Amino acid sequence: MIVAESPILALEQCTVRFGGLTAVSELDLQIGGHELLGLIGPNGAGKTTVFNLITGVYPPAAGRVRFRGHPIHGLPPHAIAARGIARTFQNIRLFKSLSVFDNVRAAFHPPLFQGMASAWWRGREFYAEDARVSAQVREVLGLFELDKLAGTLAGELSYGDQRRLEIVRALATRPQLLLLDEPAAGMNPAEKARLMKWIQFIKDKHQTAVLLVDHDMQVIMGICERIVVLDYGVKIAEGTPAEVRRHPRVIEAYLGEDHVGD
Amino acid sequence: MKIGPKSGLALALAAAVGGSFLTPRLDAYFLNILIDVGVNIILAVSLNLINGYAGQFSLGHAGFMAVGAYTAAGLSTLVSANLLARFHGFEHSCWAFGCFLLALLAGGLLAALTGFLVGAPSLRLKGDYLAIVTLGFGEIIRVLLQNFESLGGARGLSGIPPWATFGWVYGWVAIVIFTVLALVHSTSGRGFLAVRDDEIAAQAVGINTTQYKVSAFVIGAFFAGIAGGLYAHSKQFISPEGFGFMKSVEIVVMVILGGMGNTAGVILAAVVLTLLPEVLRPVAAYRMILYSLLLIVMMLTCPRGLFTALGERAKGWLARPKNGGPP
Repeated sequence: MIVAESPILALEQCTVRFGGLTAVSELDLQIGGHELLGLIGPNGAGKTTVFNLITGVYPPAAGRVRFRGHPIHGLPPHAIAARGIARTFQNIRLFKSLSVFDNVRAAFHPPLFQGMASAWWRGREFYAEDARVSAQVREVLGLFELDKLAGTLAGELSYGDQRRLEIVRALATRPQLLLLDEPAAGMNPAEKARLMKWIQFIKDKHQTAVLLVDHDMQVIMGICERIVVLDYGVKIAEGTPAEVRRHPRVIEAYLGEDHVGD
Repeated sequence: MKIGPKSGLALALAAAVGGSFLTPRLDAYFLNILIDVGVNIILAVSLNLINGYAGQFSLGHAGFMAVGAYTAAGLSTLVSANLLARFHGFEHSCWAFGCFLLALLAGGLLAALTGFLVGAPSLRLKGDYLAIVTLGFGEIIRVLLQNFESLGGARGLSGIPPWATFGWVYGWVAIVIFTVLALVHSTSGRGFLAVRDDEIAAQAVGINTTQYKVSAFVIGAFFAGIAGGLYAHSKQFISPEGFGFMKSVEIVVMVILGGMGNTAGVILAAVVLTLLPEVLRPVAAYRMILYSLLLIVMMLTCPRGLFTALGERAKGWLARPKNGGPP
């Protein structure tokens, strides 16, 4: 088993319960500073719950979440996002009535009162700041070939473009850890190949750690350096793709069928 | 030459003050309607920040208006009653001007404070639940005012100095439109729309949604308070009945009909809905039936807002092919 050196995120004995159901049970999970970690498991294994736990949507019933050494469990989601954890959603969540440009611009929002005072006063520094943000938005849109769609409403984008925009919006918050929840869902093989290229690019260019949840074994096995397997909220295996692939409990719980066909 | 937003505001303020010098020539009835239109524009544009842009359904706008109206009117009647007796010509001095400005601001600020006190705990609720809480708040204000004997109680407060001229009202119309547009058309202001579209996603990009919602509420309430003060000083008489549930509904209808989050549309709707009962005056007996019927028809034909529908129709006309192809 590989243990990441100086983890950027560490879950320590985390448990999440919904009423009588234990969705995640005493989970230990570490992500290295520049690691691309895959999280897999059958439906209902608790993968999305782990995301919601990390991003503050659910507080842990027990255990601790540390980000860059500081505890973050119990903080509200916006505060966790501000500390450098960004995410995408399994069911895409964009600001549908806003343009592609504004969806990304929302990630550059300044502190509210300062921002509103400056917006109201409309001084020289407001326009300077506005131009600076616009340039940054255009740059990040350009990297992901969305610049031509900048004026389009997010709700009118194709499915693949919506997924891409969600990733771009998450990246625009300049995260140190990016959580991707089933980014390949519903994509065709060509789109998947591009997605894999982009995830690699994000990790290398932006020096971001990535936690990737997906059902698509081609994507997971293709780009992840390390994989954690969940089943019924419990970690059943951890290791390199090759190790996980051979792990008897994984085959039993999840991968067995996939591998028959290989 | 392109006019910047700040010069636009300055021009609008100048036009309002300039217009003030022309209004004595106008018919009193007509002037009265103009002022009602202005007050309703302030109310609708400020509610649009809460309901339209930030997506928080509030049914308590008349409550904030009442707080502003009673605060401003209470202060100015107190001051003018005491000073009028001592100084001859106080009515027309610049002291009256200052007093009115302070009274209005006090009304606006108290309404904003009320907005904060109501908003901070209740903005965790969404949709229908928030609507019910704000409705309850509006009723509480109305009932409280009915029982405040020092403010006239159910009989109302009369003898308010007639300080709200055309210039005052339309000056504030310019300020509220500028404020809402300036806030919304900025990086931080896009946060209001983000909160409206998807709260969870907004939090995920680091937007403090509670702070945004409460700010929208406080700013909206401030301008509702100002509108209340202006209303009181143009009618010279206010009573709790004027700030009931129906008044809140009237403002909400303006916002919905104008198009949520469409300032130009909301202004148009405020103008149309203020004028409509007056236009229908000749058919006195059926006036309110016709008014309600028109509302229903407008809602059925353009549910996304009057202005949005008109704009699209215009675009459709322009885009229609010359040789009569399919539209």
